[in-house]
Amino acid sequence: MRLAREIRRKPGVSEVAALMGTPANQEILLQAGLAEEDEVEAGPNDLVLAVEADSRALAFEAIEEAKAFLTQANVAGGGASDFSPSSLAGALAAAPESNLAMISIPGAYAAKEAMDALRSELHVFLFSDNVSVDDEVALKREAIERDLLLMGPDCGTAYIGGIGLGFANVVKPGRVGCIAASGTGLQAVASQLDALGEGISHGIGVGGRDLSAEVGGLMTLHALDFLSNDPETEIVALISKPPDPEVLPEIEEALENFDKPHVVCFLGAEKPGWAETLEDAGHAVAANLRGESHEPENFFAKAGLKEKIASLKPGDALDGGGVLGLFSGGTLAHESRLILESLLGDVSWNEDAGRHRILDLGDDRYTVGKPHPMVDPESRAEAILQAEGFGVVLLDLVLGRGSAQDPAGPLARAIKEARGKERSPLFVASVVGTADDPQDMDEQVRILEDAGVVVLPSNAQAACFAAAVVRPELLEGDGS
Amino acid sequence: MKDLRRKPLRVVNLGLEIFADDLKNQNVAVTQVRWRPPAGGKPHLLEILEKLEELDR
Repeated sequence: MRLAREIRRKPGVSEVAALMGTPANQEILLQAGLAEEDEVEAGPNDLVLAVEADSRALAFEAIEEAKAFLTQANVAGGGASDFSPSSLAGALAAAPESNLAMISIPGAYAAKEAMDALRSELHVFLFSDNVSVDDEVALKREAIERDLLLMGPDCGTAYIGGIGLGFANVVKPGRVGCIAASGTGLQAVASQLDALGEGISHGIGVGGRDLSAEVGGLMTLHALDFLSNDPETEIVALISKPPDPEVLPEIEEALENFDKPHVVCFLGAEKPGWAETLEDAGHAVAANLRGESHEPENFFAKAGLKEKIASLKPGDALDGGGVLGLFSGGTLAHESRLILESLLGDVSWNEDAGRHRILDLGDDRYTVGKPHPMVDPESRAEAILQAEGFGVVLLDLVLGRGSAQDPAGPLARAIKEARGKERSPLFVASVVGTADDPQDMDEQVRILEDAGVVVLPSNAQAACFAAAVVRPELLEGDGS
Repeated sequence: MKDLRRKPLRVVNLGLEIFADDLKNQNVAVTQVRWRPPAGGKPHLLEILEKLEELDR
């Protein structure tokens, strides 16, 4: 403990112990000769400071210094409000006005704490994964019965009243309500809306399994109800993988009866009026709020895309190589794969096989015992160095609260090294972020561009660009 | 929906402290729980605790 280390440095002080006053610790103090029998009055929740010094005066001086040190540390951490109870019940006794529990403890314990929170009338943001489907259904039923939100499990991002929970970009509060499966899909749409001048009322993460047959869209339907009754919300965007065919009719019926304008983006499902990409969903929302009609844009018709490809120098991309996607965001990886499959044919999820591969490096199988690549970019830097032989490497960069302070830095260093090799791919990226994010977005883009990365304005555009680099005939005609 | 619209967000955080810090930066009041696995993380003791809690309800 730092406190003990600091005090031990004082001249005349030979030993310092700082420990909680549990019976076991009291026994240790007695055996060390630092306390006499019956002398210790502290309980298990008290901090005991024992000092051995050359004189009584020096010992008391050391204790006074320790007290000052503790007070200082407490003030630096936010003062008395930083009291930390050891249980949910303790927290509610200290702050009975609490209305939401954020839970990111290991999955094996998360369901029980989430249920306790719901039964204490708290909304729940459940970041933990490894929660069973049965527990998820039970939690969502309990939440609905109590008219509460259960966001998750495995919910990475949410906004409540414009306030970001979890991995969230700093966006303006506003009039767009979002319902999204989990994380980066919501981050991408919220950030894009922010750039288009629109803000978020609430962004409700329902968890990646909500629209499965087992869960039956319980929280999506409940969230629609919540946003229907929310006076701040003028329009709703629903962003997810497609619902299970068993669940789809109920969702469609709820949307038909929904009393506010809405934009649906079920990535991988096509229906007239539904947005096909996250970017398209953002534009559709903004157009609706301006009272304009919206037609999905053909990315290949965008002037900038053709010009960017025309400006590439021979050898920028390795001839004959495929596309390798190294993603930190699951929804972004999924969207890229869909776009690449529609343009290039088969795209593999497997790191060892396939001409074109998309890897979701934030997936559980890559993060066992390691931090998520959005928190620690180094794991992706390693993957970049092993990308020799591909034509294009496709990347996402997700900024915002919770993400690394400088995610572009380690990637750029690895890219520069990779670009120095003979069979180097071309690097293509898009950035999810806003002007108000803790990272400087313009600076992050500049770092990537300085390393030779082509940075596109959206994930969908980056995927289209990558496809067109390895298959230039896509640019002939209108590309549709 | 209970409280969320009429009252300011007031959060209890169990787990990653970075989430509590991010909320404090947005001027949201947060109580951080010093969470430890119940029953020392021993599954059979946890099961007994849960049964006792069920009986209490």
